[in-house]
Amino acid sequence: MSAFLRDYLLVVLFAGAAIAFAGGSLTLGRLIRPSRPTAQKHVVYESGVDPVPGAWAQSQIRYYLFALLFVMFDVEAVFIFPWAVNLEALGVFGLVEMLIFIFILALGLVYAWRKQVLRWV
Amino acid sequence: MSSGLVSQATTLVLPHVEYSRFLPILILIGGAMGILLLASLVGGRVPEAWWTTLSVATAGAAGIAGCWLWNDIQRHGPGTAVSDALRIDGFSVWFTFVICSAVVLFSLMADGYVQRERLGGPEIHVLALLSASGGLLMAYANDLLVLFLGLEILSIALYVLAGFHRRRTESGEAAMKYFVLGAFSSAIFLYGVALIYGATGTTRLDLVNRTLGDMLEAGGDRKLALAGMGLMIVGLGFKVAAVPFHTWTPDVYQGSPSPVTGFMAAAAKAAGFAGLLRVLAFGLQPLHNDWRPAIWALAVLTLVAGSVLAIVQTDVKRMLAYSSINHAGYVLVGLHADSAAGVAGAQYYLLTYAFTVLGSFAVVSVVARQGDEATRIEDYRGLYLRKPLLAVAFSILLAAQAGVPLTTGFLAKFSVIRAATTADDYSLGIVAMLVTAVAAFFYLRLIVTMFTAPEGVDEDHPESEGSVAVLTRERTGMRVMPATAATIAVSVAMTVGAGLWAGPLLDFAERATIFFPGPGR
Repeated sequence: MSAFLRDYLLVVLFAGAAIAFAGGSLTLGRLIRPSRPTAQKHVVYESGVDPVPGAWAQSQIRYYLFALLFVMFDVEAVFIFPWAVNLEALGVFGLVEMLIFIFILALGLVYAWRKQVLRWV
Repeated sequence: MSSGLVSQATTLVLPHVEYSRFLPILILIGGAMGILLLASLVGGRVPEAWWTTLSVATAGAAGIAGCWLWNDIQRHGPGTAVSDALRIDGFSVWFTFVICSAVVLFSLMADGYVQRERLGGPEIHVLALLSASGGLLMAYANDLLVLFLGLEILSIALYVLAGFHRRRTESGEAAMKYFVLGAFSSAIFLYGVALIYGATGTTRLDLVNRTLGDMLEAGGDRKLALAGMGLMIVGLGFKVAAVPFHTWTPDVYQGSPSPVTGFMAAAAKAAGFAGLLRVLAFGLQPLHNDWRPAIWALAVLTLVAGSVLAIVQTDVKRMLAYSSINHAGYVLVGLHADSAAGVAGAQYYLLTYAFTVLGSFAVVSVVARQGDEATRIEDYRGLYLRKPLLAVAFSILLAAQAGVPLTTGFLAKFSVIRAATTADDYSLGIVAMLVTAVAAFFYLRLIVTMFTAPEGVDEDHPESEGSVAVLTRERTGMRVMPATAATIAVSVAMTVGAGLWAGPLLDFAERATIFFPGPGR
């Protein structure tokens, strides 16, 4: 086996362990749990909300706006964590670049705020 | 196994960033940010002219930075920047001028449009500036991933611009179609990048060029590189609307707000071709025996389909969409020549086409009136009697697109066809010339329509009572705003001026070349 493939052996082993663990626990649960089905128990679980029939139900546009804002900060975090870990190696250059990055994202927030996106209407 | 990764992380090498060498991109992004910040701070109602002025000033400053860059290149020679991620040469400067001119003309014509359609605000200008920064990044790219980044910045802003007319369903439809097909083509391009990386072990264009050259010399297997090349041609072929990847073009061009359509045809096409030229004429140049037949087929299909399908259109925006496909074919002819003259011809074509097409769409946005609806060819009947100057200007711009001598359109077609015949592609040269004759038909038909009287108007006596009544009714709502007039005037002046006094621009195109002795070539 080439060294290249051997590097991926760990991935295969890990995937195998994951499948064995998940499959094993589900099978074990199936064997030992009591089974008393009712109509209520067969309803699809949807975060505690009653699943209303039809996929064309409309949802509030304001959720969408907040989701967009959330993505903004989510992406910010993705870049800030690795930067924070390597803060010393990146030095002043990294600090300035990160400040520019945060400034640009903050600009987006200011714009959203002035456009009254943050107000729950 | 994983120890290699850890040791790499501890010896981090910071890139050396030469900010001054990609100043035009920074100016565009900074200007867009500044406008957005100003808009957030002042809030409320501000005259539309503010945003237009700021946007034009930003694009103008970026263009001046391009001049400065050109002087710098003359003195110190071309080179790379930011750890060889960007390539700073005449080619970059040329496309800086193309795209910045497109932004200036776009902002001027958008000024009147957003006031008429009540879509005012800084957003349309900010999006255009950001989109342009992505286009510049594509032209500067020396790395396939940087090129992809530029492609995405360019496209995402354009998807929003296509849907900018919120109250028109056609605009939303255009945005949706452009988004789905654009995202799809980006993915195809990215797959091509991955395969080229697999074949050569690098994404840097100069290293790809060198590695492929060495590989072919050693008689290596080039299957993987060919697959990557094919996918990249398809991905960029979508962006430049080459047949058979053009199907989105008519719908998107028709549905988008008229100024945005002009911007797409000018800046997005130029940026797409900048990427295609960088990839094929530079990075994958060692594979030129493989990509030239593919580009030959694309060029012939694009030329023929673009001109023939334009003939049967009854909507001017759709007709101009097919005509823009047709123009992409001529640029492909220049690329196919695979010579310095061919690339210079393609560059010249894209700059001059940017002016003619933006001027044309400025006229279209005026004639379309409020609601951006009146775009049928019939709506142009008798335009000469209603708005003589507008009709004459549009005729000049259409004649230039048809390739009438004494305009830049003729010189552009002449440059690429001469490059083709110099490279002994007589077949392609002949196809291109025949197609020019076919294409002249639909441009001339529109010109003739503008100069014939509409029904109910006596052509010999336009001042008679019945005629005046019809003309007044038809003229209602057709207003040429000063800024839009400036767009049309600049386009016509450039098209005729550079057509008559041709030397300097043609000469500059020859010198602003992608081919130069330097690292990796």
